[in-house]
Formats: sequence, C-alpha cells, structure tokens
Amino acid sequence: MSETASVPAPATLPTPGNALLEVQGLRKYYPTRQGLFAAGAPKVHAVDGVSFWIREGETLGLVGESGCGKSTTGKLILRLQDPSAGSIQWRGREITDLNAGEMRIIRKELQAVFQDPYASLNPRMRAGEIVAEPLRNFGEMTGSERKERVAQLFARVGLRPDQLVKYPYEFSGGQRQRLGIARALSVNPKLIVCDEPVSALDVSVQAQVINLLMDLQEELGLSYLFIAHDLAVVEHISHRVAVMYLGKVVEIAPKRTIFTAPAHPYTEALLEAVPVASPGLRRARKVLGGDVPSPINPPSGCRFHTRCPYVEARCREVEPPLVAIAPDHLVACHLRPGSIMTDPASGPTPAA
Amino acid sequence: MAEANPASPPVVTPVNSGTAWRRLGAALRRHPTAIAGGVTLLVMILVAVLAPWLGTVDPTDVSPIRRLKPPSAEYWFGTDMLGRDVYSRVIYGTRVSLTVGLAVAFVATLIGLAIGLVTGFVRWLDAIVMRVMDGLMSIPSVLLAIALIALTKASLTNVIAAIAIAEIPRVVRLVRSLVLQLREQPYVEAAVASGTRVPMILLRHILPNTVAPLLVQATYICASAMITEAILSFIGAGTPPNIPSWGNIMAESRSLIQIAGTILLFPGIFLSLTVLSVNLLGDGMRDALDPRLARRL
Repeated sequence: MSETASVPAPATLPTPGNALLEVQGLRKYYPTRQGLFAAGAPKVHAVDGVSFWIREGETLGLVGESGCGKSTTGKLILRLQDPSAGSIQWRGREITDLNAGEMRIIRKELQAVFQDPYASLNPRMRAGEIVAEPLRNFGEMTGSERKERVAQLFARVGLRPDQLVKYPYEFSGGQRQRLGIARALSVNPKLIVCDEPVSALDVSVQAQVINLLMDLQEELGLSYLFIAHDLAVVEHISHRVAVMYLGKVVEIAPKRTIFTAPAHPYTEALLEAVPVASPGLRRARKVLGGDVPSPINPPSGCRFHTRCPYVEARCREVEPPLVAIAPDHLVACHLRPGSIMTDPASGPTPAA
Repeated sequence: MAEANPASPPVVTPVNSGTAWRRLGAALRRHPTAIAGGVTLLVMILVAVLAPWLGTVDPTDVSPIRRLKPPSAEYWFGTDMLGRDVYSRVIYGTRVSLTVGLAVAFVATLIGLAIGLVTGFVRWLDAIVMRVMDGLMSIPSVLLAIALIALTKASLTNVIAAIAIAEIPRVVRLVRSLVLQLREQPYVEAAVASGTRVPMILLRHILPNTVAPLLVQATYICASAMITEAILSFIGAGTPPNIPSWGNIMAESRSLIQIAGTILLFPGIFLSLTVLSVNLLGDGMRDALDPRLARRL
C-alpha cells in the first residue's frame, strides 16, 4: 500500500488480517478561512493521524473529551466528509478514493446511528418511511416485502406496529433512537458507526438502548464503532477502547486493560475524573491542570505534554509513536517501558 | 401533543399530515387582517371568473355618442373617451391582473425552485449561477421587464414571461439559502449515510421543507407582478392596448384626469385592493407558517 509512504512509519499499526475496518493515519484539517486567502491560513487539525482497526463482531469504543475529533473520525469513515489524508480500508478495500456511486454500495454494509435522535430523523416522514428509506435506496425488495421487513424491524427494536404511521415528534427520545437503530439495521449492515447514540438520552433510557445494541450484536454478529464521552457507557458495551486526545489516538487496549491498567497518563486522568457513587469515599484525585490546547496550533512533540504530570524534556520535542506494549495494547507515550523499544519483533501481532 | 391517556382506546392515531394545514387555519384565524385579505382576494377571483354575468357589456364596444359620460345608473363607472363602459372594462381587467399575478407567481416560483435546489446542492455551479442572479437583481425589475418586452412583441404571454424572469432571482436566493441550511441537517447526513442518491435527497428531504416559505414568497411575487403589469401597461410597454387591463385603462385616461378623473380612479382602487389583499394574506401565512421568516424576506 502506498499509505506507508505518505504516513510517517511509526503511525502504521501492525494489524490483524481479519480486520473488518482498518484506519491508518487518518487526517482531517479544516481551513480557518475560506476563499482566496485560504491557502496560507492556519488549519484546524480536527483529526490528526488516527489509526485503529475493528474486527468482525467486535465493538470498539472511541472516547475522548469534546472537540477531540472523535465524531469527525466517525464522519470520515462514513465518507460524509472527505479525509485530508490517510487510508480507510473496508474489508481490505480502500474506500477513501471511491466516488459517490461506488461508496453507495459500501454503505449497504456500513450504516450509522447518530447522536441527536430528533434532528437525525426527517420531521416530515412517517416512522415506517424513515426505517424503509435504506431499503428503498438499494431497491432489492418489492413494496410488500419492504413493509414486512419494516414491521419485523419495528418489533425487533421494541416499537409497536401502530407507531409505523406516526411522525418523529410523536416519539420519545429513546423511541426515536430505536427508530434510528431500526433504520441502520434494515439493510443488514456489517458495521454500525454509533456517534454518541445515547448521550442525548436519560440515563434509564440509555441502558435500554445500550442493551438493545448489545443484543443485536449477539444476534446478528454486528460490529460497532461506538463513539462516546461517557466512560461508563463505553465500559459496558465495548470489547476494546481507543482513547483520543486532540485529534490523536493515545491508547488502544482491551476494555479490561484500559479500565484497570491504563498506560497513558491521559487515560489515567480520564478515569480519575469518573465520579464515584459513594459520597463518603474520599480519593486523592489527580486533576489535570489547564485546558485542552487549540487544535489550530497543536503542541509540538507529545500533544499531551502541556498537561501531563509526568512530562519530560523529550516529550516536548519528539512525538511518541503508537506502539504495542502488550498483546493488543498500544500506547503513544515515551514513558512506557515497552514503547521505548522500537524493535518490531517485540510487537505481539504480526505486521500486515 | 399530549400522550394518550390510559383510558382511551389504544390504536387510534388522530394526528396526520393535516396538522400543518390545521395549524395554518388556526393561525389565520388569529389574524383578522389575513382573513380580510383572503376574502377580498376570493371576491376578486369570483369577479374575474363571473365577469360576463355581472351586468357587463362588451368592454371593447366603442360608441362615440356616449363618450365621457360621468358615473350614472346606466354606466356605473361612466364611459371613456371612446364611449366604452368603464365598469365592464374594470371588471374584465380583473381577469388580466389576476392571470398575470398568479401565472408569474407560479412560473417564477417553479423555475426559481429548480435553479435554487440545484445551486444549493451543486457547489461549483453555485458561484456562476449566483453571479448571474446578482446581475439580474441589480437591474430594477420594472426596467428589466421593459427591456425584455422591447425585445419581443407585446402579448400577455410575453408580459408574464418578462415579469417572471425579473422575479426569479428573488426565489433562487430564498431557495438556495434554505437548501444550504437544510443540507447541514443531521437527517440529510443520515440519508447520505443510508445510501440515498442526491436527487432523492433533494426530493425527499429538502423539497418538502421549502414549501412553506415558498408559498409565502409566491404571494409577494403575485402582488408585485400585478403592480409591475399595471406599470408596464401604463407606460405602454405591457399588455396590448386592445386588452382591457387596469394599467391600460389608467394609461388611456391619463390625459383626461381633469375632465373625467373617475375613469382613472376605479381601476386604481381595484388594483390597490387586490394587491393589498394578496399582501395581507401573505403576511398572515408568513406568521402562521414560520414566525422567524419575517426577518428573511
């Protein structure tokens, strides 16, 4: 692949051969100015070298604070926006250079559930029409087959048949998100990009929707890219978790590892920030100082060095590559013992 | 809408697409002026349709013997310098004005909608088309219509076409701004993600949401087209003089204003009333359909 040439070598991950979706060195820069003088203007580095992969039947949680580029990453994968650089491979096929027509075929396997369950449903369409839209787009069914399929989907996501003819505003937030899920499921996708699907919902409803997603995964063998900022939700649904900071993935590991033995100082700080549900318990909390730096002019070296409690001189100059420190555990930090070793033989997974 | 209470039968769904119209009806009731406008317009339409049965004679019937008669029981609005019955001419003139107003509103809205939808969605076309529209808008619409009429033969169809061309840029601007707004909606993004092709996105997701503001815009175009038609006729660059239009009647009686001012008065009153009624109706619809629109138009 030519990507290895355009992307700095360390950003290339050793990936397993069975990856459904493989993202390498994905970048998206937005111009801060439009028009004639746009070329010289500074750019917002919304996504700046993101790499990960998702296996079949797996959920990858993508977490990070507001503005770290996690939603943009989702949109780039769905090709709702065009990446500035990097590669996205769907079942081994590069999709960044596909035109709209070719991409449409991929969309049958790559669906999405969006954050705002109200705004992502056309207010002038009936619930049944909304769920049927992807089916109509791919036109493989007759009208009556489609009706049957929609009714079946309604039942599967826990909506009543009499709600088929209702309009989105007649549904509650949780029901609307069920509609969104039914729409995504209609064409039997392989992967669903869930862009903060529960963050707009009440906590009790969140649990229902999450459980529905997990049931569906078990039943249909779906994969999810689950974008969220709520660590509790991510811990519940994910198999592996990728942590993003300022447009970069700083750590990827199986869920258990992330939550019990985080390797990156930022992951550590994120976990520290999770509130504990016992008022009597007092912890010595390490609170991060300062604010997230501007993505227009990101810090040199390690992006996190301005706030890192363990910062050293080299962190300010050299950008740490994302490297494996244990099987399936990748970290971008100079201070992790494994990450100092550049010997590729130490990588636990065979390079693709 | 409130949740159905548990005692009520479960499956009945009273709400349907009629809600928008019902909301429109309710809002119109809150605007008595809009009702007045609507009723006046309805009367004018009836007058136009029923013109032959409203005690009129042939509006082009010339009779030099009875020329320049003042209003009387026989000639309600008097007669003009050729002895034609002004009442009949004004009543028949309603047909011309309403035809021009409605036809221009329809044609300009339809063409403007098509251009606006495409330029709003196809970015590279946008710059070109919008510069053309800016150019058209920089010329006052009456002047542009005069220029277009000068290029062709005077006929009702050409008048309609000329006024419509002058009105199209306003529709294009409105539709384009709506499309630019709507295409950023998450449900449009969701439609792209679920594999909807661009034409279907325009048809299913963008078009239905432009109907309400366009309806309002169409009423304003209708009113302004009627005025433009009268202006064109008045200066002799519009409807052919053999057709009794309000502008023509006023143009012919212009020199007689000191001898027989009433000839000019009656078509003037009819024109003002009709334009006012259309504008009042438009204002009522604007408030009913989207209060925020008030600022954009």
